[in-house]
Amino acid sequence: MTPVWDCMNASATPVRRQLHPPPVAPSPFPYNPGSLLSVQDLTLEAVSHILARATDLENMDPLVRDRILLKRRVALLFYESSTRTRTSFELAAKSLGADTTLVSSLSSSIEKGETLKDTGLTLRALGAEAIILRHNSSGAAWLLEEATRLPVLNAGDGMHEHPTQALLDLRTILTHLRPGIKTVTAETLAGVTVSIVGDILHSRVARSNMLLLPRLGARVVLCGPKELLPELAANAGPDIAVERSLEAALRQSQVVMMLRIQAERLAGMQLDLEQYKANYQLTGQRLAAQASSAVVLHPGPIIRGLELTAGVADGAQSAILEQVRNGVAIRMAVVERALATDGKGGGA
Amino acid sequence: MTALVIRGGHLIDPAAGVDGPKDILLKDGRVAEIASPGKLKLQNGVNTDETATLDATGLTVAPGLIDMHVHLREPGQGYKETIATGTAAAAAGGFTAVAAMPNTIPVNDSPEITRWMQAPERGAAVRVFPIAAATRGSKGEALNDFAALKSAGAVAVTDDGHPILKDGVMRETLAAAARVGLSVIQHAEDTRMTQGACMNLGAVSFKLGLRGMPPEAESGLVERDIRLVTELRDARAHLHVAHTSTAAAIAAVRQARRNGLRVTCEVAPHHFLLSDEHVGMYNTQAKMNPPLRSAADRDAMIEAILDGVVDAIATDHAPHATHEKEVEFENAPNGITGLETALGLCLRWLHREWKLPLGRILSLLSAQPAALLNLKGRGTLAVGSFADVVVFDPKAEWTYHAVDTLSKARNTPFDGWTMQGKIRWTISEGRIAYKSS
Repeated sequence: MTPVWDCMNASATPVRRQLHPPPVAPSPFPYNPGSLLSVQDLTLEAVSHILARATDLENMDPLVRDRILLKRRVALLFYESSTRTRTSFELAAKSLGADTTLVSSLSSSIEKGETLKDTGLTLRALGAEAIILRHNSSGAAWLLEEATRLPVLNAGDGMHEHPTQALLDLRTILTHLRPGIKTVTAETLAGVTVSIVGDILHSRVARSNMLLLPRLGARVVLCGPKELLPELAANAGPDIAVERSLEAALRQSQVVMMLRIQAERLAGMQLDLEQYKANYQLTGQRLAAQASSAVVLHPGPIIRGLELTAGVADGAQSAILEQVRNGVAIRMAVVERALATDGKGGGA
Repeated sequence: MTALVIRGGHLIDPAAGVDGPKDILLKDGRVAEIASPGKLKLQNGVNTDETATLDATGLTVAPGLIDMHVHLREPGQGYKETIATGTAAAAAGGFTAVAAMPNTIPVNDSPEITRWMQAPERGAAVRVFPIAAATRGSKGEALNDFAALKSAGAVAVTDDGHPILKDGVMRETLAAAARVGLSVIQHAEDTRMTQGACMNLGAVSFKLGLRGMPPEAESGLVERDIRLVTELRDARAHLHVAHTSTAAAIAAVRQARRNGLRVTCEVAPHHFLLSDEHVGMYNTQAKMNPPLRSAADRDAMIEAILDGVVDAIATDHAPHATHEKEVEFENAPNGITGLETALGLCLRWLHREWKLPLGRILSLLSAQPAALLNLKGRGTLAVGSFADVVVFDPKAEWTYHAVDTLSKARNTPFDGWTMQGKIRWTISEGRIAYKSS
């Protein structure tokens, strides 16, 4: 037989044609209508409903609110440390009367090698009706939902998404820029530019926000050095731009969202922190010169003196603690939606 | 041994230049006679009373398929797959020979393991050709004794998932393999660029928050290897690029071939059918290494198959236990099964959708891998060849259900997919290794 490497040359006539490769199957997620895995699972009507319920529940008499989910069982499953998210989810569920239980990776059978699937099935067998999951692996919430078919609330999965953070950020932004608004539409944030600055690559907060805010008409500008912000981030969705200069980003912005450098996810990456601060730290001077009326957000935890100065964190433009307060209200609405008995996610 | 007659079928044997209605007599494990329908002479002591006849009317008869890249998991990981179950799946997919990768436990870096894998006690349904490790323990340092491995039955050398990164070691490997007439197969991945990565680097990996493997990690190593082959100036040296997945790597192979080098490549069905978008929401059945690439890379694989740069289609059959895949995407093992779906996917897509002639497909799945691995008497049904035959209905459509697999593993992204071409019989050296129920 002629050796293939010879005979194949002869037939090397390039063929060009229209290819119709196999289509991508539609996502089966979410399996449970009460789940909140990604901001992309929410219609704008559902977002409006969550925002409205957050306000209703916040203003409700605590003794009335207490009966909404009386004795319902909500499990908090946390594979990563957390202050804000865990406490606010717990307070939110308890404010609605639910019983909560916290399982964290360091004091459970997870340490003994139990898988996420088995931990989820165990919690379900123990009577959990919904699971709030914080996990260090991207996609963990999808795995848990598929395995348990329970309502799963994604409280942060690896570097992927943190949908309740984006919702509470939205609530904070609306309070400042669109006070009194009742429902959101595709034009609600038209003309608004939100800059997200810092460690975009490792940030689930950035991903949830860049996928949610443009759907309400906002423009998202991602700002950071190449190591922490790959150029292709601009392809993640519509109305997302990449800007390397903090000054240029600030000048366009009505909202500035600062992010922490996630040292725990740098995976051997060498980053010159002094250089980073020189280029990307939000200082009082930069803020006054470029964006003197912008709202400053930060999902926390903040590292004073690194991504922003203490003066900015505590300054008049900062809405950082407001975000934390909004977190409880949003999470009450999201937990209520998870356990709504009509199966349609709290009427949304 | 009793003889076997296959009557009424349409024989396609690209290596022999046959494409027409033929009857075939198989005897003593070999092809004894080929004749026009009804014209078999059945001489040489063939007793017609003892001769079984297969009615292949309306069916295609072809040389048994040869998969030059499978993981049979024995020795060491029998819970994932055994040589018996893996080759049963191979037979069900129309394969009569598989080349088994050395990433077993222990690594197949010795004549003893090479022989153990081929021993009758393994219960193989079809022929197993071990590919031995190029270096001791696949650690990329000390070369194994290629001559001894070859005489034990190894058909090529590779360090597979632990690609040889050191230039000096790869140069020595290419030179030593050339001297004994073995091919060097490289899983081209510069692992220094893929630490902690679990899918293709691109817009999809960014969106999913997963660390990505840059396409350059593949093409860079292919280019390095081609440079080493060029520098070696030994016409016997043969570099084969395993599971090629990027347009840049294909371009490098194409150029090397123009320069007259013996550089060949294979492509797996998942790399010409799926892109990183098919990872969906962290579907671990779409996780393998090399990963599903961009749509542009996938399209480049299709084009490269159609225009003849690709030498073989190989499945990279990589079985895993169900529980191993039911974990976080980044923690799931790489690999999918492929033996039972290869022909069905090739006929459904390469043939029906992209109009690649059936003979070309069968050549990519049999004659060409046989030539690449220098498997004498296989990949053709010329008289005197091994009686390795596949008989299938090229028009039949069917749905693949992973639960029905003969493999131990069900990790496939093609569960529920429509296949074209139903295997009726697979015959391994004259013996029926599989027949559809």
